[in-house]
Amino acid sequence: MLTLGHYLTLGAILLCISVAGIFLNRKNVLILLMCIELSLLAVNMNFVAFSRFLDNLDGQVFVFFILTVAAAEAAIGLAILVVLFRNRRTINVAELDELKG
Amino acid sequence: MNLETILVLIPLLPLVGAVVSGLGRNLVGRKGAHWITILAVAVSFGLSFWLLYLQIYEGLATQDISVYTWMVVEGVTFEIGFLVDHLTSLMMCVVTFVSLMVHIYTIGYMADDPGYQRFFSYINLFTFAMLMLVMANNFMQLFFGWEAVGLVSYLLIGFWFKRETAIFANLKAFLVNRVGDFGFLLGIAAVLVTFNSLDYATVFAAAPEVAGDTISIVGGAEWNILTVICICLFIGAMGKSAQAPLHVWLPDSMEGPTPISALIHAATMVTAGIFMVARMSPLFEHSDAALSFVMLIGAFTALAMGAIGIVQNDIKRVVAYSTLSQLGYMTVALGVSAYSAAIFHLMTHAFFKALLFLGAGSVIIALHHQQDMRFMGGLRSYLPVTWLTAWAGTLALVGFPLFSGFYSKDAIIEAVHLSERFGSDLAYYAVEAGVFITALYSFRLLYLVFHGPERFEVVHGVDPHAHLPDGQLAHEPHEPPAVVTVPLVLLAIPSVLIGYFTIEPVLFGGWLSDAIVVAPDNDVVAELGQAFHGPLAMALHALQTPPFWLMLGGFALATVIWLLRPSIAAVIAQRAGFLYRWLGHKYYFDEFNQKVFANGAVKLGQSLWQRADAGFIDGWLVNGSAKLVQAVAARVRRWQTGLLYDYAFSMIIGLIAILGVWVVLL
Amino acid sequence: MIFGIDIQLALFYLFSAVMLGAALAVISARNPVYSALFLVLTFFSAASLWILLQVEFLGIVLVVVYVGAVMVLFLFVVMMLDINLDPLKEGFTRYLPVGIGVAIVMAGELLLVLWARDRLGPDRFPAPPLRDADYSNTRAVGEWMYTQFLLPFEVAGIILLVAIVAAIALTQRRRSDARVQVPARQVRVKREERVRLVKMKSEMPAKGEKG
Repeated sequence: MLTLGHYLTLGAILLCISVAGIFLNRKNVLILLMCIELSLLAVNMNFVAFSRFLDNLDGQVFVFFILTVAAAEAAIGLAILVVLFRNRRTINVAELDELKG
Repeated sequence: MNLETILVLIPLLPLVGAVVSGLGRNLVGRKGAHWITILAVAVSFGLSFWLLYLQIYEGLATQDISVYTWMVVEGVTFEIGFLVDHLTSLMMCVVTFVSLMVHIYTIGYMADDPGYQRFFSYINLFTFAMLMLVMANNFMQLFFGWEAVGLVSYLLIGFWFKRETAIFANLKAFLVNRVGDFGFLLGIAAVLVTFNSLDYATVFAAAPEVAGDTISIVGGAEWNILTVICICLFIGAMGKSAQAPLHVWLPDSMEGPTPISALIHAATMVTAGIFMVARMSPLFEHSDAALSFVMLIGAFTALAMGAIGIVQNDIKRVVAYSTLSQLGYMTVALGVSAYSAAIFHLMTHAFFKALLFLGAGSVIIALHHQQDMRFMGGLRSYLPVTWLTAWAGTLALVGFPLFSGFYSKDAIIEAVHLSERFGSDLAYYAVEAGVFITALYSFRLLYLVFHGPERFEVVHGVDPHAHLPDGQLAHEPHEPPAVVTVPLVLLAIPSVLIGYFTIEPVLFGGWLSDAIVVAPDNDVVAELGQAFHGPLAMALHALQTPPFWLMLGGFALATVIWLLRPSIAAVIAQRAGFLYRWLGHKYYFDEFNQKVFANGAVKLGQSLWQRADAGFIDGWLVNGSAKLVQAVAARVRRWQTGLLYDYAFSMIIGLIAILGVWVVLL
Repeated sequence: MIFGIDIQLALFYLFSAVMLGAALAVISARNPVYSALFLVLTFFSAASLWILLQVEFLGIVLVVVYVGAVMVLFLFVVMMLDINLDPLKEGFTRYLPVGIGVAIVMAGELLLVLWARDRLGPDRFPAPPLRDADYSNTRAVGEWMYTQFLLPFEVAGIILLVAIVAAIALTQRRRSDARVQVPARQVRVKREERVRLVKMKSEMPAKGEKG
């Protein structure tokens, strides 16, 4: 029988995959952005599952908002990326160390 | 004009004179300055004298008038007010009279000085401050006057501010007086705490109630509160009235012009402490311990400071040490509860000591600012008026019967003799010996200055204003102008006569009984009064008492050493080398102060600067914290790689750590 | 139950497997284009899982918004930028053990938290009953969102607007070689800037020249 644990476990594994992705693709901003989308999806997965199992629509509304913010974030993130690439001719994170102390 | 207006006018006129002649000195000019200030003081003197007249002949009651309320804080009133009783009006007359004489004298003495108007402004300001002090009816105004006379004293000692020694002397006077004033301020604070009032009348009325109350200052020791108050107040008096060990500033203050030495450092300001203690007699009477302290300090000063006068060569310094000694006499009198005798001596001393100072100034002018007695001698024929008045002043000072000083000093000595206070035997021997020493240095001064061979030569044909080496003069000394000699004569008259005429009312007639409170057990003056049968009888009786013979002994010894056989002085100086050096160095007070307090303060300051400030505060706290931040930041900044994945890594590690906590907790 | 298999559970495992596989592919693909496409697949599977839970509205939104808009944006950027991929792949193998280690530790911790003491078992969170045939998830969410969450909803709209403005403002650039009209300057122009009247002497014919 399908339980809450199934969905939560799925979300946890998805989150771990996205974290591993952040580690592995540390040089590529594009993939990093995608990994962030993945972790947001993991969170959404939990929200949706809880909403359904607790029979409370708040969780779904929250997912809606998260999608909104994620879309905005993706738009701005990509815009920054484009500007970055236009100025530096690269999206290699290793070369972006202007904030070095 | 009502009485209040007059009371306000008396101190205010000199203030106005000081402001006009000081700030408007170019407007009024030299003549204008001395006319304005002399007029102001003369009117003040006239009004003061009129008040005295009213009190004597019209029976004017004690006036306690509040003129202006400055503020009221928690029930304590701070105000300006005048308390005029017999003590006050006596002091007012003395102050304004001596001040007037000094003003007139100054016209001659300072004639060539570029700071002429400034000087008049200062002495007028001094008169104002002294009158405020004397007339105060509360402690705050007393303190104001106290500090104001100190300020003017400071200004006047350093009047010739281009002289390094003058600047040193006025700084010294200022610093030593700070020590005394600190005690004084503590005393006033203690009065405020104890009585919750600064008004004389309130405080004096409440004094019997708190007598015997104790206060714990340090640790668990309980102190009689009135003893604490009185000793603190007396420490202030010690600074102002130059009692040992706070006397060191007075001899050095002779760096100032001679008129102010006469006015401030002999006749008036230095007696402020004596006046203050007499005014506080309702408090002091409740504390035998404080009075004993006062008496012993006074006795030591009277004897020890007079002895220094024997070996001084500067004419003004001899008179200065004489002043210290006489102040010691007054203090002794205070200590044995003979307040009226102290005030009586204060008055006579004011006249004859001002006279002696002005006489010394007259000699100094005649010799073109030569102050060293080794280059004087035989001036009798050149300066007859000065010579005669100096003799009058000296006879008064040594206490020759019938002269004013005789009555006041004899009264003090007898009062000490009668007193049964702790240590009064010691004080008695000290004041007896003091008589001998007074005669010794006084006649020495007279002989060295006016008698004996001339120790200067007149060099002809040089510029009269040229600065010549010691012992040489451009022209023969001659008597200074009338503005100098007239005050001498005017001061000589009371110096001779005032004791004879006033001893009965002031000492025994209860003239001061409205201001001075003496417990019946302590009232030695009343005891004296029982044996008193008129001033003439007193003078005759004195011929059988030790002071007279001690004085004659001193006179004889001085005559032998300095007039008849001058070679003896050198022999004694050689034989008693140790004693001579000891006196010459004034018991090493200055050296001690310099080594311990001055150098100690410098060392303390240096160590505070180098260790505490530069070392600890700058080194550790200021620069140290900056260095710490720098060092920590230098290491921590390496973590700030600016690389996105490093931050992400830290975040994930943090996330794992938090999750770990969850795992452990749940 | 068909052939003794819980269809729901089977579908869950199927979509889960696809999703996790796609997610793994996202983080390990050589080319960002493939990553983006696998991300699309991940989202599709997630949407399926949500619909399996009868959360139809969000499932559709996920497909429409993410797959339709965001992922297209990703692809667009990836393809538009002329990215040199080789340096970006540097260190992939070097960090593989660390990444896997961190992921496993984290997964272990998360699963421990989830499964310890049977916190999420069916007795505590029983499976929700299936919705009625006429139940509309879209309607329910809509009613809830437009009543209870009206203000946050409007704010979310503004956030999106801001994002649009920001994205445009960031990426727009003025080309120096483009010729543009500035109407404001055209309107503001003064006569002196256009016409210059020059006074000069009338010229005399040179000598020997007929006028």
